[in-house]
Amino acid sequence: MKNEYIPQLSTIKEVIRHTDLEYTFRMEYTGEKEVKPGQFFEVSLPRYGEAPISVSGIGKESVDFTIRRVGKVTNEIFENYVGDRLFIRGPYGNGFDVKNYKGKELVIIAGGTGLSPVRGVVDYFANHPEQAVSTTLIAGFKSPADVLFKDDFAFWSKQISVIQTVDTAPEGYKGAVGMVTKYIPDLQFKDLDNAAFICVGPPVMIKFTVMEILKLGVAEESIWVSHERKMCCGLGKCGHCKIGSTYICLDGPVFNYVDGKDLID
Amino acid sequence: MGYQLLKADAERLFGQWARQWDVYAPKRMEGEGCFSDTDIVRYGKVHSLEEIEWEKKSDYSFKEVLLPINETLFYFTEEETGVPKGPEKEILVFLRACDGHAVKRLDEIYLKNGFEDFYYRRIREKVSFILMGCPSTCDSGFCASMGTNRWEDYDAYIKPDGDRVILDIKKEALGKTLAEGFDACASCPAVPDFAGENKENVILPKNLSNQSFSLPIWKEYGDRCIGCGRCNFVCPTCTCFSMQDIFYRDNARVGERRRVWASCQIDGYTEMAGGHAYRRSQGERMRFKVMHKIYDYQKRFGVPMCVGCGRCDDVCPEYISYSHCVNRLAKEGQADEE
Repeated sequence: MKNEYIPQLSTIKEVIRHTDLEYTFRMEYTGEKEVKPGQFFEVSLPRYGEAPISVSGIGKESVDFTIRRVGKVTNEIFENYVGDRLFIRGPYGNGFDVKNYKGKELVIIAGGTGLSPVRGVVDYFANHPEQAVSTTLIAGFKSPADVLFKDDFAFWSKQISVIQTVDTAPEGYKGAVGMVTKYIPDLQFKDLDNAAFICVGPPVMIKFTVMEILKLGVAEESIWVSHERKMCCGLGKCGHCKIGSTYICLDGPVFNYVDGKDLID
Repeated sequence: MGYQLLKADAERLFGQWARQWDVYAPKRMEGEGCFSDTDIVRYGKVHSLEEIEWEKKSDYSFKEVLLPINETLFYFTEEETGVPKGPEKEILVFLRACDGHAVKRLDEIYLKNGFEDFYYRRIREKVSFILMGCPSTCDSGFCASMGTNRWEDYDAYIKPDGDRVILDIKKEALGKTLAEGFDACASCPAVPDFAGENKENVILPKNLSNQSFSLPIWKEYGDRCIGCGRCNFVCPTCTCFSMQDIFYRDNARVGERRRVWASCQIDGYTEMAGGHAYRRSQGERMRFKVMHKIYDYQKRFGVPMCVGCGRCDDVCPEYISYSHCVNRLAKEGQADEE
């Protein structure tokens, strides 16, 4: 019987620095399980514990974790990464299924590090733009200094329609300024019934973004959200991520809004 | 298979069991209660029938046998990990009907619900359960209301009865050794004592829904609850844990990862890196716990999680009565119907 708690050592293949606080760690992964965007791994450094980190990119023998330096484990990962290895176990959770979005007018709305779990989906449709009727990415960050995946944005902008916005910016900033919700009423659709939305970010961002999307007259089942909770085990045992009868680590973190809207913490 | 043994014979037999099995049962630990000169009844290894506390309900449940308060998952030695050995001996656990039902609740979480838990599985396979009867009800239990006062899935039943001990063995594999050297008697059927009625009666609310999450009573409980988490730790069906890494003082490159019991009533339970947390108020946490016990778990697994043992009511330092809370919820539901 498999002991799911035992992590595997994984070599850090590359570190991509986005901001002072956020790096992407490209980690070796040769596990049998196929990895989907939106899934997560438990990443750990012995002595500092484990943290659930969502997959921000999937390579041939690698997975990317975009880690924000905010907690005990993540701080330590930033200090100790050079040429080093981390322990990982996963993938866990359901993840995004790109099949749901093929042939749709897809709008992906992400706030801050919320872009990480959905980056694989953006990448997929940026590489295969013909598989969706249209793909639009609205990505919001706190300030110009917080923008993640800058190289990706250069590529995505050529392939799909991209709105990159910041909440606040210093005077003279040339890019878009404003919350992601500001851009939703102006979205144009050929057929609203064929629209699909993905919304990932902090809880309050999800709440107001979904409100705006619903105002367009979009059906609830055309919206997907991804929830972030404290998943200590990732295995449906530890209880920390439970909301009502739902275990985010098993049943989520990705939910169709029809199921996701009734989750009361 | 029923047996009737003289107490002395039974003790002699028990001595053999304790060599063959690890036997866990409720024990009275004198002077170890929370307050001065009070005892506590909790689970420990026993070597004789005498050591077992037959009268008073244990303050803590049997669950610490299957799910230790802290359990080493593996050791780190630089880049190697090593899993500690599981139990070598078979295990006998003495418990009452309510706790017997709790075993099923634990099994749902730890053997099913997504992944099978390696550590729980390996100990669970070694455990046989010995039912202790309840000739009368305890003070705070409401097992009859929860339908957990009778439990038929026991492997054996033992009852001290004056100078005799009554023994009923259901699990065949146990029969050969549990009553070795004694003949079963057809005329002494061992019918377990089950509590028929309780002093506390609980009515399960029928109309719970997402609306129940915003009732004003949660705020009221929130004002009283101090968030100590004792209700979770005495509960036979609470299963939450947190991960913890510890490293040895003598060699900081070597250590272990453990899981440690966690409580949904305590700060930090939902807190994520960066400080964002859900259910910051005690009222919301009380609601989370109560709804889990009588509503959410049932939605997922088909039975209420609570088995009505009443330990949470006994242990609360603020005298918050969970059973009273459930009854109030039921009343609010009835009022809605009218």
